[in-house]
Amino acid sequence: MYGLFIAPFAEFDFMRRALAGVVILSLSAAPIGIFLMLRRMSLAGDVMAHAILPGAALGFLLAGLDLFAMTAGGIAAGITVAVLAGLVARFTELKEDAALAAFYLVSLALGVTLISLKGSNVDLFRVLFGSVLALDNPTIYVIASFTTFSLLALALIWRPLVLECVDPGFLRSVSGSGTAVHLLFLTLVVLNLVAAFHALGTLLAVGMMMLPAAAARFWTQDVTRMAAISVVMGMVSGIGGLLVSFHFNLPTGPAVILAAGVFYAFSVLLGPVGGLRKRLSPGRHLEA
Amino acid sequence: MTAALAFQNLTLGYDRHPAVHHLSGEIGEGSLLAVVGPNGAGKSTLLKGIVGVLRPLGGKISRNGLNANDIAYLPQIAEIDRSFPISVYDLVAMGLWKRAGLLGGIGGAHRGKISQAIEAVGLRGFESRAIGTLSGGQMQRALFARLLLQDARIILLDEPFASLDSKTVSDLLELVHRWHGEKRTVVAVLHDFEMVKRHFPEALLLAREPVAWGKTAETLSPENLLKARRMSEAFDDRAGICEDAA
Repeated sequence: MYGLFIAPFAEFDFMRRALAGVVILSLSAAPIGIFLMLRRMSLAGDVMAHAILPGAALGFLLAGLDLFAMTAGGIAAGITVAVLAGLVARFTELKEDAALAAFYLVSLALGVTLISLKGSNVDLFRVLFGSVLALDNPTIYVIASFTTFSLLALALIWRPLVLECVDPGFLRSVSGSGTAVHLLFLTLVVLNLVAAFHALGTLLAVGMMMLPAAAARFWTQDVTRMAAISVVMGMVSGIGGLLVSFHFNLPTGPAVILAAGVFYAFSVLLGPVGGLRKRLSPGRHLEA
Repeated sequence: MTAALAFQNLTLGYDRHPAVHHLSGEIGEGSLLAVVGPNGAGKSTLLKGIVGVLRPLGGKISRNGLNANDIAYLPQIAEIDRSFPISVYDLVAMGLWKRAGLLGGIGGAHRGKISQAIEAVGLRGFESRAIGTLSGGQMQRALFARLLLQDARIILLDEPFASLDSKTVSDLLELVHRWHGEKRTVVAVLHDFEMVKRHFPEALLLAREPVAWGKTAETLSPENLLKARRMSEAFDDRAGICEDAA
């Protein structure tokens, strides 16, 4: 048991840092994923994750693999695309999903091109799929501070955020905070994606957000409990993924996301709220 | 009688097309007013204007010093995401926004009020049910409970009784009368003329422009209704600029 679960973390520094990274990441990324999902913005989250790439790539071009440059570039690009996609959807005839698809493709192509200008295939691989095992302390501090900020902000806007999802008309009638809340929420999405980007790369970053959220949907009808469940699922898949990748020598980022995928599949099949098992054998009907 | 709401040459609309055109008049404090008219007559638009969601294209609404939190607004049910994972209790508790706001705690006294409101609309036992499991009538009851908690001076209802069974309608109408008894101002958009005649002392007949406004029996005369229908059929996509706008 010890050898299986504890030793990898006890004996290797990089495993401990990776552990801290994924656990901290799950704390805020998963609840934010819940709201993305409930607002039917799962794809928007994916697009923003890709939008980070050209920004981070620009930072890379200017300063190499520099934490600050890539973080700042990623945040700037993510927020720009979030705002632009919203504007295109609002002010032109193009529907939001089409606008998002356009941004997604352009961002990915642009990012890969920029990285290739200066970097090697190793660098490219790293920004696309991350490097959980190479997290250094400064990067973990960045992730931890983004998570702290996100949790505080989420606590502050929880009520209006829920209200905006359930009954936006009601929120508008009692408070003018709707737009501000929406913008702050988008900012939180970008911050968490940038944090996840350092660990999991641009292609997988959104996985820590959406998979635990989508899985938690199958276990409860209450948004608060759903957020809690998604955090636990995120953490467990992070730890599980690290261990599997350690013992079987698999790439770490994909292993973490696959572990989250296992949770998701399990939830789809067995979850009590709308899961397949319930649909296939609902049991005998009740009296009332 | 003081006015709770006053309209001065009010025009509301979308994309410069007026949906409510040149409305002037007052809604007295404590009145029970039905807004009737054909589809597309601007009834919902008027409520959105009153609550402040929609800015006037022209003219003015004065709310007599009341702010948004003194106005409770029940939109048409279609605007609510029924699939959102939230319990009936939490949905009703939103009515406390005015007092609890962003971060305020919901204490024992508040909890008592929430329970009372849920009881008053006949939803006891449904507190922990997710809103997605409610029927249309139960959902509307929950929203009325939220209105009760909002404790507002002005209550705006947009087609509150659409597709409800008669028991639910009569239960909810009882609440409307209770509000009226408490001297609150109630404005309801309705389609059922019989109900309007029976329960609402005043009526505003709207067909983009006000056709008639006053005592219900006089407002809903056959001549007025015919006039309303004719007016609502005139919509011009290439309408020129309204010369009365100034």
